Amino acid sequence: METILDYIEYLQERYVSILEYSYEHLLISFLAIMFGILLTVPAAILLTRVKNDLFNSTVFNIVNVFQTIPTIALLAIMIPFFGIGLQPAVIALFLYSLLPLLRNTYAGIKSVDPGIIESAKGMGFGQAKQLFTIEIPLALPYIMSGIKTTTVYIISWTTLAAVIGAGGLGDLILGGIGLNDKFMIFTGTFIAIILALSMDLIFGKVEKKLTR
Amino acid sequence: MIELKSVNKVYDDGFQALKNINLTFDEGKINVLIGPSGCGKTTTMKLLNRLVDHTDGTILVEGKDIQEMNPIQLRRQMGYVIQSIGLFPHMTIYDNVATVPKLLRWNKSKIDETVHRLLNLVNLEPETFKKRYPSELSGGQQQRIGVIRALAAEPDIILMDEPFSALDPISREQLQDELTHLQAEINKTIVFVTHDMDEAIKIADQIILMKDGEVVQKGSPHELLTEPKNDFVKEFIGTERLQKAETLPLVREMMNQDFVSTYVSESIDEALNKLINHNLTQLPVINNKQYAGFVTIKDLLKGSEETVSNVINTDQKTLKPSDEASQAMRLLKEQELNEVTVLTDQNEIAGVVNYKDISEALQNYYEKQQGVV
Ligand SMILES: Nc1ncnc2c1ncn2[C@@H]1O[C@H](COP(=O)(O)OP(=O)(O)OP(=O)(O)O)[C@@H](O)[C@H]1O
Ligand SMILES: [Mg+2]
Repeated sequence: METILDYIEYLQERYVSILEYSYEHLLISFLAIMFGILLTVPAAILLTRVKNDLFNSTVFNIVNVFQTIPTIALLAIMIPFFGIGLQPAVIALFLYSLLPLLRNTYAGIKSVDPGIIESAKGMGFGQAKQLFTIEIPLALPYIMSGIKTTTVYIISWTTLAAVIGAGGLGDLILGGIGLNDKFMIFTGTFIAIILALSMDLIFGKVEKKLTR
Repeated sequence: MIELKSVNKVYDDGFQALKNINLTFDEGKINVLIGPSGCGKTTTMKLLNRLVDHTDGTILVEGKDIQEMNPIQLRRQMGYVIQSIGLFPHMTIYDNVATVPKLLRWNKSKIDETVHRLLNLVNLEPETFKKRYPSELSGGQQQRIGVIRALAAEPDIILMDEPFSALDPISREQLQDELTHLQAEINKTIVFVTHDMDEAIKIADQIILMKDGEVVQKGSPHELLTEPKNDFVKEFIGTERLQKAETLPLVREMMNQDFVSTYVSESIDEALNKLINHNLTQLPVINNKQYAGFVTIKDLLKGSEETVSNVINTDQKTLKPSDEASQAMRLLKEQELNEVTVLTDQNEIAGVVNYKDISEALQNYYEKQQGVV
């Protein structure tokens, strides 16, 4: 009982800065994912047009490499190139987002029934018309599900970005560890979980709407 | 009309899928491509809308070389229906049917009118069906939509690649019937791929039988059934169908080529003489080598006219050499005449058929059948 009252008091005192941390956290995640989408969606579409399998698997292998570097190490590697702060964190998380986004978009476009593509071609659809009115809409559920999964775990990894001074909820947790403050650690963790879960929920809803 | 002249197709991997194809698909006819799997039916069809480009030779559509046409424009002028139907699952039936009209930027009211008319054409209630999605339709209904989608922009040519083969036998027969009825109304040039001989016989005006990238035989269903060119054709058609086909002697085989006729400027008396001498009741009349009509003994006796030309009847229905015995009997009965004239495509008289000719032909046929058994 005592602890709960203390915690409420803590929240009342610190809610402005908690909101700020949350905002930073969302901003980093959002930027990383947005850049990820901007690069991967067109890239994946181009890859589906490439007939050369070797080229495609090379691209996927390169992108896969980023995935295998431990998060903390990738963040550290950023420092010599981009220093510390928000920018290197966004870049590192962006690199992480590439594989799942690329893979899902590619698979989505590839999954469109060849019979549908053939009848579109046969009826006289041009390349662009076919892409925007047939292929992308039909691949959208796949693309959205890629965005959903990626968003959820980028939000969770953004917590680590605090180690290179990017801010976000990680700051709250690291601070809590330094000051041995249970409330700070708990709040940081809890909000990160809530953010991830609500993104999962929202994107899940959107995804469902798109899959009819 | 579509013409293929010495067309070859070699795929990128060096495989020659088509060898020296020469074909004509006539206006308003159903042309069926048939043959064993891999013989090049689909390839031939896809050459026409340039989903596949031919290696050499010439393909003319309405006299124009398709190689010089924009493939996208070309495709919008041809309906295309495939086995897997290929309806767009994320679009309503309305939008699916309206696909090509929208590509062609028709105005809304014209599109509305077209979609309604076409849905009615295949007996799908527009108000019920236009807002549905393809997944909310049965397989047969979906394929009907596939067919009317191909008709929507009023193309003169429709390409259909095994459109009914994924359907159950009952729906398939229904759609075949609908297609032949529809064709009577819309009169398109249809190129239809199938591997089902019964389907081909049922719907085709021209059957093109292919094997290993070559045309083995082409002709009307009756021609293939009665004059199979070689053992492959016989085997492909099957002995049962060939025997069944024998039940249909043609007018060509029974008609009397040694007939008596008169001509327009002949005098009534001479015409009457001919009738009496040959014990006939009517005579076909020739004018300048062409069939002009006929005269009956009644007409000749009635008037006080000078020449045959004044008493010609022109309302008699005539036969073609390729007509069947049943048609000949029907005309004889309908017109209450003793003989019917058979005309060539050039409107010249090929012969005449009377009841006696028919019964002799049938008798011959049955004797032959019994000899076979
Ligand atoms: N893109 C391609 N590259 C190489 N060969 C091909 C290609 N498409 C088809 N072929 C070959 O060309 C031949 C004819 O193929 P096609 O699809 O025209 O056959 P089909 O008569 O339609 O057969 P089915 O009844 O099985 O549909 C086949 O041997 C096939 O393997
Ligand atoms: Mg085929």
